[in-house]
Amino acid sequence: MNFPGIGLLKGFVVTARNFLGSYVEKDRLTTRQYPEERPKLPENSRSFPFLVFDGEDPEAGMRCVACKICEKECPPQCIYIIQDRDAAGKPLKRPRIFDIDISVCMSCQICVEVCPFESIRMDTDYELSSFDRFGSLVLDKSKLLKSNAYYHGIHPTEASETDARIEADRKKKEAAAAAKAEAARKATAEKAAKAAHPPEETK
Amino acid sequence: MELLERAPVELKNAFLRVLGSLGVPEGMLAILSAVLIIGTVIGVFLGLFALMSVMERKILARVQNRYGPNRAGPFGLFQPVADGIKMLTKEDLVPRAADKVVHFLAPVVMMVPALLVLAILPYGRDMVPVELESGILFFFAVGAGTEVAIFMAGWASNNKYSVLGAMRAIAQMISYEIPLVISAVTAAMIAGSLSPSVIVAAQGGFAAGFLPHWFVTTPWGFTAALLFYIGALAESNRSPFDLPEGESELVAGHLTEYSGFKYATFFMAEYIGMFAICGMFVTLFLGGWQAPLPFLTVVPSWIWFFGKVCFVAFTMVWVRATLPRLRVDHLLAFAWKFLLPMSFAAFLSAACWHYAGRGPAAWFLSLVVVGIPYLVLGLSFTSRFSVSRRTYLFSE
Repeated sequence: MNFPGIGLLKGFVVTARNFLGSYVEKDRLTTRQYPEERPKLPENSRSFPFLVFDGEDPEAGMRCVACKICEKECPPQCIYIIQDRDAAGKPLKRPRIFDIDISVCMSCQICVEVCPFESIRMDTDYELSSFDRFGSLVLDKSKLLKSNAYYHGIHPTEASETDARIEADRKKKEAAAAAKAEAARKATAEKAAKAAHPPEETK
Repeated sequence: MELLERAPVELKNAFLRVLGSLGVPEGMLAILSAVLIIGTVIGVFLGLFALMSVMERKILARVQNRYGPNRAGPFGLFQPVADGIKMLTKEDLVPRAADKVVHFLAPVVMMVPALLVLAILPYGRDMVPVELESGILFFFAVGAGTEVAIFMAGWASNNKYSVLGAMRAIAQMISYEIPLVISAVTAAMIAGSLSPSVIVAAQGGFAAGFLPHWFVTTPWGFTAALLFYIGALAESNRSPFDLPEGESELVAGHLTEYSGFKYATFFMAEYIGMFAICGMFVTLFLGGWQAPLPFLTVVPSWIWFFGKVCFVAFTMVWVRATLPRLRVDHLLAFAWKFLLPMSFAAFLSAACWHYAGRGPAAWFLSLVVVGIPYLVLGLSFTSRFSVSRRTYLFSE
């Protein structure tokens, strides 16, 4: 049988060890001092979507062609797109308005998966709080457009893969165009040859 | 060092001399002198309260391996200022069915005894605000007023949780007051006086050149000190005896219907009461303002007093961080079946120590007188709660 009171003393030793230990062993303290000490986010972390542009000018380098696939696929319907038109009213391959309401967005990444033009990607910025409930949480085109360099900065692996795919697509397209041109050239050459030497009739 | 020892008194005297030379009448100066003493004591204890409110949170946090408040000011030391502003700007709610006068008076009545008892504590050599012959008696008589305040708060709120909390508070405080007072009486008995200054003086000097003559170093004194400490925890409503405001079952007990500055006043009175009872503990058993070692007597006596008070307050936070809250029936059983017999044993032990000549033989005799009841009572308590390995019926 224990001496009465020993259990209490053991308890006091435990708390004292934790109290003093928290000053000596730094890894006891699991709290992260947030604004000073930022978490190192994993590479695949994501917050909300943004639009990628190539080159320097956001408008000129915009990859988005306003196909509206993301708008249709978005489960909470937080994307709003209006296609741009020229002076004659002919539709152009770029959006005039591209809004994402990040207070509605659920970060599901479906828009990224369905985009055939590698145009929409997930951002990692999570410090988006604002004093304005409605206006500042609806991001318009100017806020959404971010450069490809920025994309490489936040998701290096994914961005390189995307660039490789775009490059491969471009080469394939070029090769196809070259082959088509070659075929067309051949066809015209054959036609010309036929016209010069009409084939003999075979019996 | 001698200058520092006298600094608080000399500063006051110098200030009064300046006022006297400016032509302030003699009678006015006497009142001013009293006001200065009262203001200083209240100011120091309010400062201690502010410091305690943040240090308690920091210590608890460290025990739980957290940082605690560290945002407001350096190391979070301005946290009390932020808390105070928050408390002052909150709405002061009074329930419609409450007894409005009593509801308003309760925090005031709570504050009065907490401040009054500060008057008789010896803060340093020749530094007692009121030199009272029966200071100990005054301390406990006035200190019991907090019970009235708590019951007023609970009753006036017209809320069942408030009343339950208040009734628990009364049951607890009356039960724990008995061992508290009896263990205090042992010290008064050995010192032969109810005056706190005399009790502190009786603990002066050093045995064998380095061992202080504090009462806590004797077997009866150690027992009485522990009993007094436990009683003090219960009297100041601190964990593990914080049943009156047990938030898991009673919302906040008697504080349920209080908000804003009235709540802050309760909180403040509770902490000042806690410091007062820590001061009484230090005075009775830890040698008051006496230094622990001979060569440390150069440090001013009031620094020793407040240092010891802060240390005792720290142990109270340590206790809070360690022990879970008691159940009501355990609480009362502990008071009546363990603390009360033990306090009688300590009383008897002190008498034995005195009549056996206060020498080594007396030391041994008093140890036996207090040790046997402790073992008997302790074992009778612990044997009923045998701890065995839990067996699971279905999961293993």
